[in-house]
Amino acid sequence: MAITVNIPTILRPLTDNQRRVELSGATVQDIIENLEQQHTGIKEKLLADGQVHQFINIYVNDDDIRFSDGLATAVKEGDSVTILPSVAGG
Amino acid sequence: MLIITPRLIEVMIAQARKEHPYETCGIIAGVEGSNKPKRLIPMQNVAQSRTFFQFDSKQQLQVWREMTARGEEPIVIYHSHTDSAAYPSREDVLYASEPQAHYLIISTTNTHSDSVRSFRIVNGTVTEERIKQVAEQEAALTMRLEMV
Repeated sequence: MAITVNIPTILRPLTDNQRRVELSGATVQDIIENLEQQHTGIKEKLLADGQVHQFINIYVNDDDIRFSDGLATAVKEGDSVTILPSVAGG
Repeated sequence: MLIITPRLIEVMIAQARKEHPYETCGIIAGVEGSNKPKRLIPMQNVAQSRTFFQFDSKQQLQVWREMTARGEEPIVIYHSHTDSAAYPSREDVLYASEPQAHYLIISTTNTHSDSVRSFRIVNGTVTEERIKQVAEQEAALTMRLEMV
């Protein structure tokens, strides 16, 4: 069941400073919902209007979900999901 | 205050000049909690723009993983302004997501030629800080003295 979610520094205050959280789910969307169940407030940091924020990168293993199926990207036991705020500016 | 070696500053300025008129970007990693920038990693600006920069997402994942494996964190996050002063723009503040990092900006305009300034950006608040350039051994000493 376990999928490891790597939490970026800026969101660790919402996960009791845990760097990694183990969750279950079949898609990235499930993972975010389950993360929200355990750590209220994290979902709104990741999504806006049901889409991933433009400057949040979410990866399943080595792949940015933008280039696969977005929130519908499938995950399975043993996968790792990494959340990283994109480093960007003007 | 950011304590950094003159060599690292030189390398960032050289990269910014080379990529002008596009914005350059990168990080300097260091041991987590050390506040000492050590390992400079130039990043690819996927925006290829004169007014915007964004790290390549694949490269960012790889670099961030490598830092985690080495017990490092981004101590400095740098980029250039090719047509404005070395001061954080609205977007710089909006997307700043490493509260422990020193946000360093290099201006490559003629009027601000090669000026380098450093800021903390935490919860939307910008605070400029002093940059102290010290050679390697001297830097280690200063750090020790500050800890006393």
